[in-house]
Amino acid sequence: MNWNNIITVYLKELKDSLRDRRTLLSTIIIPTLVMPLLFFTFGAVMMKIDRQARAETPTVMVLGGDDSPAVVARLKQDTRIRVVPAVSDWKQQISDKKVRAAVMIPEGFESGLKSGATATVTIYNYTGESKSRLGVEQVERIFRELSAVTVEARLGARGVPVALTKPFEISRANVAPPEKVGGNIVGGFIPYIIIILCFTGAMYPAMDLTAGEKERGTMETLLCSPVARGDIVVGKFLMVLTASIATMVLSLVSMALTFVLGGSYFAAKMGGAKAAAGATAQMGGVIPIIDPLGVFGAFAMILPVAVLFSAVIFTVALFAKSYKEAQSYVAPMIFVVLLPAMIGIAPGIELNLTLSLVPILNLSLVCKEMLSGVWHWNYIAIIFGSSCVYAAAALALAVRMFNREDVIFRA
Amino acid sequence: MIDAHNLTKMFRDKKRGEIRAADDITFRVAPGQIYGLLGANGAGKTTTLRMLATLLTPTGGSATVAGFDVVREPQKVRANVGFLAASTALYGRLTAREMIAYFGKLNGLADAEIRVRTKRLADELDMHEFLDRRCDKFSTGMKQKTSIARTLIHDPAVMIFDEPTLGLDVMTARAIVKFVRECRDRGKTVIYSTHVMSEVEKLCDTVGIIHGGKLLAEGTLPALRASHGEQDMEEIFVKVVGGEDTK
Repeated sequence: MNWNNIITVYLKELKDSLRDRRTLLSTIIIPTLVMPLLFFTFGAVMMKIDRQARAETPTVMVLGGDDSPAVVARLKQDTRIRVVPAVSDWKQQISDKKVRAAVMIPEGFESGLKSGATATVTIYNYTGESKSRLGVEQVERIFRELSAVTVEARLGARGVPVALTKPFEISRANVAPPEKVGGNIVGGFIPYIIIILCFTGAMYPAMDLTAGEKERGTMETLLCSPVARGDIVVGKFLMVLTASIATMVLSLVSMALTFVLGGSYFAAKMGGAKAAAGATAQMGGVIPIIDPLGVFGAFAMILPVAVLFSAVIFTVALFAKSYKEAQSYVAPMIFVVLLPAMIGIAPGIELNLTLSLVPILNLSLVCKEMLSGVWHWNYIAIIFGSSCVYAAAALALAVRMFNREDVIFRA
Repeated sequence: MIDAHNLTKMFRDKKRGEIRAADDITFRVAPGQIYGLLGANGAGKTTTLRMLATLLTPTGGSATVAGFDVVREPQKVRANVGFLAASTALYGRLTAREMIAYFGKLNGLADAEIRVRTKRLADELDMHEFLDRRCDKFSTGMKQKTSIARTLIHDPAVMIFDEPTLGLDVMTARAIVKFVRECRDRGKTVIYSTHVMSEVEKLCDTVGIIHGGKLLAEGTLPALRASHGEQDMEEIFVKVVGGEDTK
């Protein structure tokens, strides 16, 4: 291998790619902007919908309750809801979003409250509809308050203190370090994102530098030079790897900044001045804490997988005669990558010797552990080693394919 | 010097089976000479030239180019060859200067040497006006000049031209023909493939007529005219390949 030639090829490909709008778009601009755009657009829309829903006083129909005038009057007086006259097609009205909810007060409800009987109040709603949910919440709140008042009255009448009904409280306390909690929450998600980004980042340049060159007629020009084919492959491959890693790093940085800044922005907007003051303090809750060493560990582990992806896409795209043909070969490969990455997110799947040899899935699982601050060095060594072997095999295959004239001059 | 002995290339095709694209081809080209490889489309010209440029590996036979074996020393062969074909395009996003410098570097030249040679080539080919413009904006003539400069940057002893005038307008084609002649005048070994009879008559010292992968006739123009009793190159070609209907 002649490193001077490899660097010459690499630098030329880098310069060429940086001048290509499509590469810039897929490698730099989209990975950097997509997350903030999605987050802020989606966040703003959701906030608007939520604000509108909260600004509205939910309309509620009271069904029955003729013999419970005090309860009905209590509902009508409560400003948190607006009671509208009941109609026979109330179910249709709820489905049509004209009324948010209906509450059925059973016969003899009010007298039952006094006599000590038990009854069931049913709230009818439109499940999954946010304004209906807010209406139900208000009605539930009103009835919970009525329930508390009734219990207090009943106990008071019998001279029993309210505390007697609550012999003890149950509380939960987390003892796991915050990074373990955070790792468990996002540990599966982050490797999944990294794996997908690594793959998509390599896609466009790998196709452009192989099938694209064949299509444009520059491949034959390049092969006329005295540089060994292996050196050309390595130079081009390094460019693909650079794009893959650049896409991944830019996306992750953009994602982290979006969550931190966007999270604090929306927290301040939603909660007003009080929340704004405490926004920074809340961030610990909003943004899960992960082990910073785990981030470096995950990055180190992804490198051989990035090499594997770059080399595999490079090899597949090399076989194609045109960019379009390469796209049709490479695009379906994303599903091959997605499946093991998704299995890695599933709860309950833990690393073992067999899984540590399954490419992509092993990376997903070990990253989850590392981000939680768990370091199983034996598995880390096996996964890193096996990933390097797979990557080396894929790169060797790329060189082999590049040396095959029926691939390079495929007609 | 180019020395080809029984050069053969076979391809396997799923539908057509085994194809002998070049079949037992033997010829020699001396320095300061232009050898014209004349043949119709699909005759085996490109396959033969690609074997000489080490882009394809021969299935049989042997060849040396500038004293190096095409199979055993392909990199040394390429270091001594300038290959220009209709299919050798330019990198559209590089400028002409960057394109030439890239191939200079790939040929192991130092930056200072590349600068000197680029200036000289730009002078000779009148390229200064567009030297720092991107190749994708070039006219056909500018592209051809840049390609020529790319093939010459390492000053190769052997020049291989594979239908270099294909699809070019008259003026650009004339410039190429002039350039090929200049290569001969500088003592380079030149092989030139074409299916244009007039180019052969204008340029070539020796002509090889190739058809169906086989070299059917070879000789200087006067010798071919004498042996076939025809003055017109087209008539000679038709006679050699076996009549009008032969494809």
